[in-house]
Amino acid sequence: MTKLLDINQLKKSFRQPEGGRLVVLDIPEFQIDKGEQVALIGQSGGGKTTLLHLIAGLLSPDQGSIRIAGHEITGLSEQGRDRFRAETIGYVFQTFNLLPAFTAIENVRLGMAFGSGKHQNARAADLLDRVGLKDRFNYRPSQLSVGQQQRVAIARSLAGRPQLLLADEPTANVDPSSADSVLLLIRDTCREEDVSLLTVTHDMQIASSFDRIEKLDEINQVDHTPASSA
Amino acid sequence: MSLIHIAWRNFCHRALSSFLTTFSLALGVGLVVLVLSIYGVISEAFTRNASVGYNLVVGPKGSPLQLTLNSVFYLSQPIENLPYTEYMEFLPQDERAAMVSQFGGDPELAKRDGRYAPYIAGGFAIPLALGDYFGEFRVVGTTPDFFTELKHGPDVNEDFTFREGRAFQDFSPEHSYFEAVVGARVAKEMKVNLGDKFYPTHGDPSGHGHELGFTVVGILDPTGTPNDRAAFVNLEGFYLMDGHAKPVEATEQSETDDENILDEAIDAEESNETQPTTDTALNNNTPATKGASQGPTEAGTNDAASDSTANSTDARSADEYRLLSIPEREVTSILIRNGNIMFAPGMQNAINEGIRSQAAAPIGEINKLMTFIVGPLMTALLVITVITCIVAAVGILVSIYNSMNDRRRDIAIMRALGARRSTVTSIIVFESFQVALIGTIAGWLLAHAAIVMYSSQIEDQTGVQVSFFTTSNSEILVLPLVLVLALIAALLPAWAAYRTDVGSNLSA
Ligand SMILES: Nc1ncnc2c1ncn2[C@@H]1O[C@H](COP(=O)(O)OP(=O)(O)O)[C@@H](O)[C@H]1O
Ligand SMILES: [Mg+2]
Repeated sequence: MTKLLDINQLKKSFRQPEGGRLVVLDIPEFQIDKGEQVALIGQSGGGKTTLLHLIAGLLSPDQGSIRIAGHEITGLSEQGRDRFRAETIGYVFQTFNLLPAFTAIENVRLGMAFGSGKHQNARAADLLDRVGLKDRFNYRPSQLSVGQQQRVAIARSLAGRPQLLLADEPTANVDPSSADSVLLLIRDTCREEDVSLLTVTHDMQIASSFDRIEKLDEINQVDHTPASSA
Repeated sequence: MSLIHIAWRNFCHRALSSFLTTFSLALGVGLVVLVLSIYGVISEAFTRNASVGYNLVVGPKGSPLQLTLNSVFYLSQPIENLPYTEYMEFLPQDERAAMVSQFGGDPELAKRDGRYAPYIAGGFAIPLALGDYFGEFRVVGTTPDFFTELKHGPDVNEDFTFREGRAFQDFSPEHSYFEAVVGARVAKEMKVNLGDKFYPTHGDPSGHGHELGFTVVGILDPTGTPNDRAAFVNLEGFYLMDGHAKPVEATEQSETDDENILDEAIDAEESNETQPTTDTALNNNTPATKGASQGPTEAGTNDAASDSTANSTDARSADEYRLLSIPEREVTSILIRNGNIMFAPGMQNAINEGIRSQAAAPIGEINKLMTFIVGPLMTALLVITVITCIVAAVGILVSIYNSMNDRRRDIAIMRALGARRSTVTSIIVFESFQVALIGTIAGWLLAHAAIVMYSSQIEDQTGVQVSFFTTSNSEILVLPLVLVLALIAALLPAWAAYRTDVGSNLSA
């Protein structure tokens, strides 16, 4: 079976302010199948965001390989990774996803602005409709609730027809009552669009709804326990 | 969604800051365009003024610029005078002979052509006598030829036209030698109507009034030349005003061809302050005695008599007017047009080689004035306004750079959506260009609106017509200049955008 995401011997460290390097990630292997939905849980500071940045090509690993849809992205130039990201990867952050100067529908269209695909207004409208914001097209982010902003962000992350959606604690700032519906929305639209999903969360309850739950502690050989127990 | 669209939304998002930045740039650009337009108007006015219809102006030796300022522009301190005989050097023998018999003077003068007469070759020589004022305006004593011979306009083919009245005459039955024609601006500012009488003041605008008045018989249409600000009077009447006769010693010798020796003699005499003592000696030249050549004497006398009751202190006005003799006459300058322009350089050389007078080409002097005085002044103004623009460009820099903190997140989001570093950098540059473009257009509109608001005053004062779309070539350079400034201003924030780290700005 072809893996959509195939990570091997991935290592990432950061230079520390006080000197030396902090090794954050050392992952022998990690895979996601096409169309699969995975919840990644782990303690704060464990390197979850760093892993997503590496997969998105926003960071370069120290060593190892990241293949997405058969393409090795660690060998690409920065521009190559930018283009690859624009066309292959959708990204939803924890908060402040939207550009404040643009309306909801413009924010969704921004999701198509940097790839080579056409800027379809109809697709942006359709996606906003599907995330339940049919009557909020021309609202500014400041005029939307946090939950609504996350819905716009989900619509935008899928606008460019990615193959992999990375969601970094997408419900952490949403009130608990809408958290479930936001997560459900992500999962449903990903399924409809045939997009693989990697969601980071530290909320076990959210994770428990996924078929596959991965603990970063288990796939990562770096031991973060002393830092967390302090 | 294009990058320009994104830049535009960012511009609108920070509306107040964007507006203020753009507005300050618009003011800077407006100033530059205004200065350039004024420069355009001034140089056109100068060119217009140089379209005077004569190619040489002859006056006493000295500064050719001073001579041009006086004779062409009616500006600056009055200059020395030339003897009338110098003017006669431009006339053929028959005209000289007529003058000798009409005014009285050395009979030798009647016997030959003027030294420079051959160069005229179908052109003209018109005498000017300056030195008096009407209000702040120069009084110009001249002959009626002034209005028939001189042309103006861009192609120097327009005749003087009169809004009201006519040119003055050598002698009119009504007003004797005391007719005047005023330029359009003089008429407007001094509120002069046909038939009004004015009394020139001597030496400077606040000087004493002469007691002989001139009656306005004509008001000129605007010409856009300095003639708009002059009051023209009959040269003969000018001579008759108190103090305008050159003191002549009773021992006055005849003019000889050897003027170089005579010059010194006359110059020495000129420093002598004594009043004319030769009136009686010259009385045999009064109009009455040469009535044959001067028809309208009778009428003139009658008119003068009625005038003299008002101005009875003038000794000569008690009787009929006695025209000045040639030795008593002086001219300030002579306007020359060579019938064949090929003769002009030769004539100019011939005149300048003499010791008494000089010939200047007004266009050359005006160009020098533009190059050495007006040009540098305008350059200084331009430098100041360009600095204003640079300050405005620094404003763009500060405004965009200050917003960079807010933008880090935006830039990181766009990068996460697949935007390249170069893309987010271009958006910053586009934003700067937007301010530059809008500011430049707004500034241009502001400046031209201001020019249009003052267009009637500009036309009154300079004769130059300006419309909203009168654009000088140099104005067209403003836009690229401002765009370059905007690009430079955008460099620092664009570099900051380029360097923005995605990871640290996303994990808020
Ligand atoms: N740019 C960076 N420079 C230095 N250290 C970093 C950087 N980004 C993350 N780290 C460190 O790497 C570790 C993992 O961070 P992160 O991936 O954000 O954890 P998580 O998302 O699981 O909370 C943290 O200890 C953090 O301090
Ligand atoms: Mg994180």
